[in-house]
Amino acid sequence: MSRPLAEPVGVRVLLIVVALAYLGLFLVMPLLAVFTQALEKGLAAYAAAVTEPLALSALKLTLLTAAIAVPLNLIFGLGAAWAIAKFDFPGKNALITLIDLPFAVSPVIAGMIFILLFGRQGYLGPWLGEHDIKVVFAFPGLALATTFVTFPFVARELIPVMQAMGKEEEEAARVLGAGGWQTFFRITLPNVKWGLLYGVILCNARAMGEFGAVSVVSGHVRGKTNTLPLHVEILYNEYNFQAAFAVASLLAFLALVTLVAKSFVEWRS
Amino acid sequence: MRSAWKRHSVLPGFGITMGFTLTYLSLIVLIPLSTLVFKSATLGPAAFWAAVTSSRVVASYKLTFGAALAAAAVNAVFGLVVAWVLARYRFPGQRLVDAFVDLPFALPTAVAGIALTALYAENGWLGRPLADLGIRVAYTPLGVTVALTFIGLPFVVRTLQPVIEDLDPEVEEAAASLGASRAQTFARVVLPALLPAWLTGFALAFARAVGEYGSVVFIAGNMPMKTEIAPLLIITKLEQYDYAGATAIALVLLVASFLLLLSINLLQHWSSRRTA
Repeated sequence: MSRPLAEPVGVRVLLIVVALAYLGLFLVMPLLAVFTQALEKGLAAYAAAVTEPLALSALKLTLLTAAIAVPLNLIFGLGAAWAIAKFDFPGKNALITLIDLPFAVSPVIAGMIFILLFGRQGYLGPWLGEHDIKVVFAFPGLALATTFVTFPFVARELIPVMQAMGKEEEEAARVLGAGGWQTFFRITLPNVKWGLLYGVILCNARAMGEFGAVSVVSGHVRGKTNTLPLHVEILYNEYNFQAAFAVASLLAFLALVTLVAKSFVEWRS
Repeated sequence: MRSAWKRHSVLPGFGITMGFTLTYLSLIVLIPLSTLVFKSATLGPAAFWAAVTSSRVVASYKLTFGAALAAAAVNAVFGLVVAWVLARYRFPGQRLVDAFVDLPFALPTAVAGIALTALYAENGWLGRPLADLGIRVAYTPLGVTVALTFIGLPFVVRTLQPVIEDLDPEVEEAAASLGASRAQTFARVVLPALLPAWLTGFALAFARAVGEYGSVVFIAGNMPMKTEIAPLLIITKLEQYDYAGATAIALVLLVASFLLLLSINLLQHWSSRRTA
């Protein structure tokens, strides 16, 4: 459709050029820099950097952290969206605002609150010490901080989708004799599956890439509490740039996969 | 009370999903966050004031808020252009460009940080020509602004884009048929309609930038009083076991974020009232 009213061709071309130049400068160049620097010393050096034992243990820890944070927030998102979208109760808007709260908190503060709670001088520190339980500077701390920063992702995608869906279909299913779980799996879930998947994709990307919050609670113990982004930081600070960028390229690749998956879901829904 | 709400619905599961939501929210978010308030309360007003007004802390606030504001302003201008181009024009590769806008949401901040540092360092692709012009980016406040521009880039585009798509073409047609030039129509008719969403995007980018850590620490150089951002100063204090000092700085940042969140909600309320 040609618009009856549009900017002159010259202005249009100029605006497109400005937009592409801006995105090229701020998005494409950094991404290209990651891959060129990663391959600077050839494929062999690249392969060595991403397969050395410390990189592999960081990869394992990153996957493990996401494997805890994502399912937890997925179950929470489903529960919260069900309660908020299908029922009326006072204080609903306040609850939605509270669910969004972690987005307003700096990642550094997200890590710090778990130090205040579980650290050696924290509120629960002495009790944890007596029982020889390590939360901070150990895996549970990483999982907790990651769960905190990825907390709203699934819920905030699902709530509007479930609200838009209404509740007539579920009510009809119930009246026709379907059980609660049957209604959920046969009616609700198929209706919201793309919104759900969208939330999970974003949640997972953030969980695997989180840096600030895990940096505070990790203690940077190599081979033990180092996730991939923290491993990148250590390599970089040791001036081992090629290895740092090689590991970073794995995360950049993950980001590209995330964008493709996200576009696919947007296109399907 | 709970059973009174439930009686209106034939759908099951309100009690259990609501109970789980509130429990999980409390355990993961509310209780941990409340420690921040309790810990800074142990300081007492005088010590709290001293902690947040020491010259190093004030310098870090100035840098954090100043660079975040500058970055959000850059994104407001260019984000409007990008959103307009994506919503109104057709050009080859548009879908790809559209998908690519979300890269800062998907790319881990540490990766963005080292990539930007490599680009803008004095031997980098962009740093070298800029250094020839006498402009240093890496390890200066300008570098901090560049990093914050990167991470805030999608916010303005993504809040404006749907609003531009939903603009009623008839309003622009009316303006044109009444004799307005295209520039006049844009300035007097289109821009006012976009204003709430534009401000929302700006505030979102600003709020994100204020708390940002990962993409900034590499390019900032982290010199106290000069290129040290407030989130980094929090980590420094934590590493020195100065928990109370760290919480005091954090509380100020958090209150700023909440005020921004509040103004974003008010803006959205305003915009939904205007479009209704």
